[in-house]
Amino acid sequence: MAIDHQRRSLIGAAGACAVAPLVARGVAVAGPLMGLSAAAAGPRVIKVIAKKFVYVPSEIRVRSGETVELQLTAPEVPMGFNLPDFAVRTDVMPGKVAKVRFTADKAGTFTFLCDVFCGTGHEDMSGTVVVT
Amino acid sequence: MNDLDRRQFLQLAGLGGVVLVSAATGAARAADAMGGAAEDFWFVQLSDLHWGFEGPPNPDAKGTLPKAIAAVNALDRQPDFVIFTGDLTHTTDDPRERRKRMAEVKSMVGELKVKTLRFIAGEHDASLDNGKAFIENFGETHYTFDHKGVHFIVLDNVSDPGASLGQAQLDWLAADLRTQPADARIVVFTHRPLFDLYPQWDWATRDGAKAVELLMPHANVTVFYGHIHQENHHMTGHIAHHSAKSLIFALPAPGSQPKRTPFAWDADHPYQGLGFREIAAHRSPVEYALTELPVAKG
Repeated sequence: MAIDHQRRSLIGAAGACAVAPLVARGVAVAGPLMGLSAAAAGPRVIKVIAKKFVYVPSEIRVRSGETVELQLTAPEVPMGFNLPDFAVRTDVMPGKVAKVRFTADKAGTFTFLCDVFCGTGHEDMSGTVVVT
Repeated sequence: MNDLDRRQFLQLAGLGGVVLVSAATGAARAADAMGGAAEDFWFVQLSDLHWGFEGPPNPDAKGTLPKAIAAVNALDRQPDFVIFTGDLTHTTDDPRERRKRMAEVKSMVGELKVKTLRFIAGEHDASLDNGKAFIENFGETHYTFDHKGVHFIVLDNVSDPGASLGQAQLDWLAADLRTQPADARIVVFTHRPLFDLYPQWDWATRDGAKAVELLMPHANVTVFYGHIHQENHHMTGHIAHHSAKSLIFALPAPGSQPKRTPFAWDADHPYQGLGFREIAAHRSPVEYALTELPVAKG
């Protein structure tokens, strides 16, 4: 089920240079593919860190129709990543990079969460994928 | 039960095979109205105590469980047994503190008049140590027992931190069900929902559908669970699933808001949304009368 939130006003056409400072603030933004076709560039890679008890970034922005690859790491303890609305989930084990891909075939705001009980803050460990 | 009593009984009917009785009447009195065959009995479900929780959603966290115990002890008719459907304790990363909380729960529930107590684990009890402390204090995390013609099955979908039953437990369940006739009266207790109630809030069991598939050939199956801190009634085919209220704080309806933040404590209506359940098990036809009862008058 999609949960629509009030959308933040973000940089509309962020390029690679614009992504870094946004990621630092916990937001990943889908940008144009720097002149490359999607086929040539492959899916855009978004690195996500799952740490006690927060994802960095906790908000992932994707353009409608875009395919992205999430590369997840967990520096502390085993974590999970579950994005039910896109049928995407994986365990995230320390020392390994877990990769999942999905195509944003519907617009809206979708919750992802840690579905591996990881400690006292586990139940607050979630984020959103925003598809525009 | 004569025809009139049966008709009255069914007038209370809610979901297939299950009777949802107004909390104003009480299951014992409802069962009296339906004739009370010799094999009818009552049990009480307490869920999600979260002993050790501290926070604004319940400023009387230490006082709520004793109030619930007093409320059960004050029932007109004592149940045959009490089932605790998980999250007896609030999670802690400290194994010693976890055991301390469990010991305190054991001591407190020892004040119940009814001495037949059944326990199942919640993820707060068991997911950080695969159920080790729970087993030390309360026994096995999945088991069966029989009572007055009902076969009870306790499933563990929390000792795996990934919320799976696991193939070994599914095999065990399949073997147990093979010993039961197709029309056996079966009640399943579990902590998490066995179906995908709302996976976005972790209200699911990863392989719960496999358990439901195993249960499907049996005509008389009802599931009682906890975890979501509110009543919810759902059917998967002919199998009814009933979640229970919590004894610590209430949670919002599935997907009704962006996050599953607990409802704020209402000083004008303390303990609102908290409670426990009395269940009358009727033999023929197989029906369950559910009565939701408050922790305390607020």
